[in-house]
Amino acid sequence: MAERISRDEVAHVAWLARLQLSAAELERFTPQLGDVLDHAADVAALNLDDVAATSHPYPVTNVLRDDVVGPVLDRDEVLAQAPSSEDGQFRVPPVRGESP
Amino acid sequence: MSDRPGFGADRVWQSGSPGLGAPAGTEWEMVVGLEVHAELLTATKLFSASPNAFGGQPNTHIDPVCLGLPGTLPVLNRRAVELAIRVGLALGAEVRPSIFARKNYYYPDMPKNYQISQYDRPINTGGSLELPSGKVVGIVRAHLEEDTGKSTHVGGAGRIDDAAWSLVDYNRAGVPLLEIVSHPDLRSAAEAREYVTELRATLLAVGASDGKMEEGSLRVDANVSVRPRGSAELGTRCEVKNVNSLRSLGRALEHEARRQIDLLSSGQRVAQETRHWNEDTGRTSLLRSKEEATDYRYFPEPDLVPLVPEPALIERIRADLPLLPRQRRHRLAAAAGQSPARVALLVERGQDDLALAAVEAGATPESVLKHLEQHLADGAGALTAAGLAGLIAMEQRGELSSNQSKAVLAEMVRSGGSPSEVAQRAGFEAVAAGELAGVLERIIAEHPAEWQRLCTGDERERKKMQGFFTGQVMRATKGQANGRDVAALLEDRAGTSADSAPG
Repeated sequence: MAERISRDEVAHVAWLARLQLSAAELERFTPQLGDVLDHAADVAALNLDDVAATSHPYPVTNVLRDDVVGPVLDRDEVLAQAPSSEDGQFRVPPVRGESP
Repeated sequence: MSDRPGFGADRVWQSGSPGLGAPAGTEWEMVVGLEVHAELLTATKLFSASPNAFGGQPNTHIDPVCLGLPGTLPVLNRRAVELAIRVGLALGAEVRPSIFARKNYYYPDMPKNYQISQYDRPINTGGSLELPSGKVVGIVRAHLEEDTGKSTHVGGAGRIDDAAWSLVDYNRAGVPLLEIVSHPDLRSAAEAREYVTELRATLLAVGASDGKMEEGSLRVDANVSVRPRGSAELGTRCEVKNVNSLRSLGRALEHEARRQIDLLSSGQRVAQETRHWNEDTGRTSLLRSKEEATDYRYFPEPDLVPLVPEPALIERIRADLPLLPRQRRHRLAAAAGQSPARVALLVERGQDDLALAAVEAGATPESVLKHLEQHLADGAGALTAAGLAGLIAMEQRGELSSNQSKAVLAEMVRSGGSPSEVAQRAGFEAVAAGELAGVLERIIAEHPAEWQRLCTGDERERKKMQGFFTGQVMRATKGQANGRDVAALLEDRAGTSADSAPG
């Protein structure tokens, strides 16, 4: 049986999560992720036509708050904990391209 | 490409050179769908209580949730939900049970490394927007999501790609957005602008957004493709971002459609990609190819429970909706016996109530529309419907010349009052019919030769002399005679002369 997920796919998923995996780690995690997908496939094999899709385990809906302004954080205190700041703003490394 | 026709309203593009992809002379049409992001007019953010307010010093509208600090949990803003439903109902969408999803990507303006949005189960699906022209544009969905922070690129001449570093302000992070997605139903830049204008007017009418494109509270991304006119298939589309005004939208669409036509006409293909509109160069440039498209790995947001709007809430919001621009156009159009397109300008200016009341007060609809359209571009001021109706009645009774009428209207806009009072104050006394006849007799006596030419000349000669005598009467009455009365009098008198002329 073909592997459920390839080494390249694992490397791609790791990159999406900004995880740097060594070659040895890729070897180890690829079958592990495959096992997780095998388990999902077991569930997918069941006939669940009569079961509504579940997005949340709790029978709770409509948790809302009123639109009332609350306290804000102190900027200086926040920026003092940032790796770098300038002119009241967070200073970050340059990013290529714009926000998706 | 040699053939680049000008940008007319109903333009036809043609391929100028025979290409491998399309024969010479192919007519193209653009196909456009728009994604409009509207910031909702709430007091606080979508998931936390720091203020939703434009401007302010950087990073002064921030709280632990919108900074994505560990251990914080989002709680949904009731008002944002109500505004989203208001817009959905205004667009005729189906308001449905929905859930939130995480859209995962790394960018410093999203401190959590994911944006909370709605994905496969949005709050509003379907619906449509009717434009003033009568065209109906389909709506795919209108869903809730949080706005991102704002980054400024420093160094590298301010250009994104070679910035030395970036500064991030999170005041905008977490501000509630409604993303309204249209079907690819738009066929020209003018139509796209009309759609955004109408959508903006609708958002303003229901109080959902202030619609200020210049402040970024209304933002537009455009999906653009082209195809041979008459083709039912959709071409490969590009998404154009960074369109910050209606004018930019028009320019960006014209440019992007042209670019795609040039590619296809020369036998090349359009690649599906995201492109960045540059206002200064007037061009789009590649931002991301399809291969580089972000893999967002959407999944249900575990920190937010499903949103299931109660039918009673939906009905309460529906009952509370104001008249929408479309409904106001149809209302005035029906009252005035005109098309909705004909009265769109007055609805846009908010003068439809005035027009409607003047028509209901008995004024001729065509006169009402003409006065408002031509003379009240700067607002109706203190003018009342009764005043306008009265003015039109005076005109029709011949009590005011057209110049006098204009002056009276201007005065009523300035300081109100009734048209008869204003006319009297201005000394605009209509010249009585008897008096006018006397004036004309005197002028005929002074110009017997001209009168002869009027009575016996050919068509052209008569017209010329009618103009001469009308001018003389106007001068004698200091412009207070009514033009129509003078014309009738001249005709009457000339007929009598001809009858009594010796055979």
